[in-house]
Amino acid sequence: MSAITQTSILEGRSGTFARLSDFFWRNPKILLFLMLAPPLLWLGIIYLGSLFALLLQSFFSIDEFSGLINYEFTLDTYRQLLIPSNFDIILRTVVMAALVTLASAVIAFPIAYYAARYARGKWKALFYLGVMLPLWSSYLVKVYAWKLILAKEGIFTWFLAKLHLTWLLDAWLSLPVVGGNSLSISYTGTFIVFVYVWMPFMILPIQAALERVPGNLIEASADLGGNPAQTFRHVLFPLALPGIIAGSIFTFSLTLGDYIIPQIIGSSRLFIGQAVYAQQGTAGNIPLAAAFTVVPIVIMGFYLWMAKKQGAFDAL
Amino acid sequence: MTTAVLFDKVSRHFGSVRAVDSVDLAVVEGEFFAMLGPSGSGKTTCLRLMAGFEQPTGGHIEIFGETAEGVPPYRRNVNTVFQDYALFPHLSILENVAYGLMVKGVGKEERLKAAEDALAMVKLPGYGTRRPGQLSGGQRQRVALARALVNRPRVLLLDEPLGALDLKLREQMQEELKTLQKSLGITFVFVTHDQGEALSMADRVAVFNDGRIQQLGTPEEVYKRPQTRFVADFVGSSNVLSPAFVKSLGYPARYASLRPEALSLGGGTGDVTGERKRVTGTVVATSFLGAANRVTVEAGGGTRIAAMVPASEALPEQGSGVTLSFAAHDLHLMDEAA
Repeated sequence: MSAITQTSILEGRSGTFARLSDFFWRNPKILLFLMLAPPLLWLGIIYLGSLFALLLQSFFSIDEFSGLINYEFTLDTYRQLLIPSNFDIILRTVVMAALVTLASAVIAFPIAYYAARYARGKWKALFYLGVMLPLWSSYLVKVYAWKLILAKEGIFTWFLAKLHLTWLLDAWLSLPVVGGNSLSISYTGTFIVFVYVWMPFMILPIQAALERVPGNLIEASADLGGNPAQTFRHVLFPLALPGIIAGSIFTFSLTLGDYIIPQIIGSSRLFIGQAVYAQQGTAGNIPLAAAFTVVPIVIMGFYLWMAKKQGAFDAL
Repeated sequence: MTTAVLFDKVSRHFGSVRAVDSVDLAVVEGEFFAMLGPSGSGKTTCLRLMAGFEQPTGGHIEIFGETAEGVPPYRRNVNTVFQDYALFPHLSILENVAYGLMVKGVGKEERLKAAEDALAMVKLPGYGTRRPGQLSGGQRQRVALARALVNRPRVLLLDEPLGALDLKLREQMQEELKTLQKSLGITFVFVTHDQGEALSMADRVAVFNDGRIQQLGTPEEVYKRPQTRFVADFVGSSNVLSPAFVKSLGYPARYASLRPEALSLGGGTGDVTGERKRVTGTVVATSFLGAANRVTVEAGGGTRIAAMVPASEALPEQGSGVTLSFAAHDLHLMDEAA
């Protein structure tokens, strides 16, 4: 008992660290500054700085003959985006990204709903494992695996044959645009793989949003006479919308920028990511590559602005 | 007298837990019916069975003579005021109140007008443009009430609606609810764990414990003539006396309840013959309750008796011997066997 002193203010511990603790306790703002400075420097200089440098490049042009960059401000490079062959690339990518986002949302919602409302204990753990597991393996391996699955001699074709549904696949592949020689070299294949690869990024935000919807709001809607469809439309969907928007930002922007999936699985027509890759690499046209890069940024900005205007974030 | 809600041997079991166990009750049209009990007694599950959020595992439910089993909540002309109000956070107050009419397909102008009227009825006119998050608990409670009543339900279910309010507001809302119920003539079924609330508001009270109804009657019956030890104890903390002790006072050997306010200090006025009964013992505790003091007396054989003594009377010392007396007819013998 002798260790207990009668003083009410304890003696400060000695040493530099103890003095430092006291100092930070008295000046919490300095601590906050010290903690935030490194990440902000990283974000400000390395990340935003390089992004800015890239954007700057898009306002330069390339000399057709020498292949050298002409450091004079011009909108010529942007004008090049509008020529049919380039504009097709943009259109193709945006339509694909929109369809992938829509399909992901439709498939992800029931999964997320189950996880948020019904899964408990080990089923919830299983859900997280199931959603996250694909993210643990290499992206390239997954894409090549899909190439095998979707190939003409692949398991998917074999499976449909066993179900006597080969005619359905053939009918689909004979369609213009979405069809092709086999799924692995068609837009349909690209679409399937995009939806597969980005699915976790859609499920998790929706699940988080649904998790925050109190169950009694759904009961209240039913109590007031809303049938399940009305409850979905007027209560569940608006409250899950911030999550759906968050998920769609991932799926939409990731599809806009990806250059590996369409290269491995799909027709040989280019997507924005591939165009950027080709322009800055083999073609050496950095300004055009930069201009292509600006397109997804502008589209995403516009998308978020529209979403905000439609009140998508009101329930946040 | 039309029966609004009828329960015929209704059970709701969750695995081995018997949340509601063979309950019979009949709520009469136009009455204020309270379901009173501690948490986990099955009262809320009964309410949810009426609303349609739960389906019975046994028995039969009728709402105004029509079978209710298998009927989803959205096809019942019954509305609920939820415990934590369950207002839609993404809708304005007016849209919240108009929700029921909207899903029923009532035109926009008409339903917004009806919602305004309902808000005026609960004394929140002009609050329509706000969001639920901007209102206080009491105001949200009124919105929840308006949102249910705007649908003109045949039965209004209230799930501990005043539980989250402070005392002053609760008393005010009790009066308002009672007035509203009388003026609208809608059947109210009210769930509460507050016996004072149930006794002051209800026309009839069903006291629940362990998934069963212990007693069903008017507040006065339940208070004055409890049928079981549980009811005597839960409704107004009556003294529950053991059969042996009751016998020693000259009654049949049965459990009995004795209200603390029926007891007074001292031998009492008047003669001893039959009129008044006496108990002697030692004071073990006293507590100040404002208008009265509660004196707990150890009366031998482990029997403790609490008496309410008006604050004007002198308080006996702790440990001193006292005599308590009560009018013989105030002791209520219970049906429950010894």
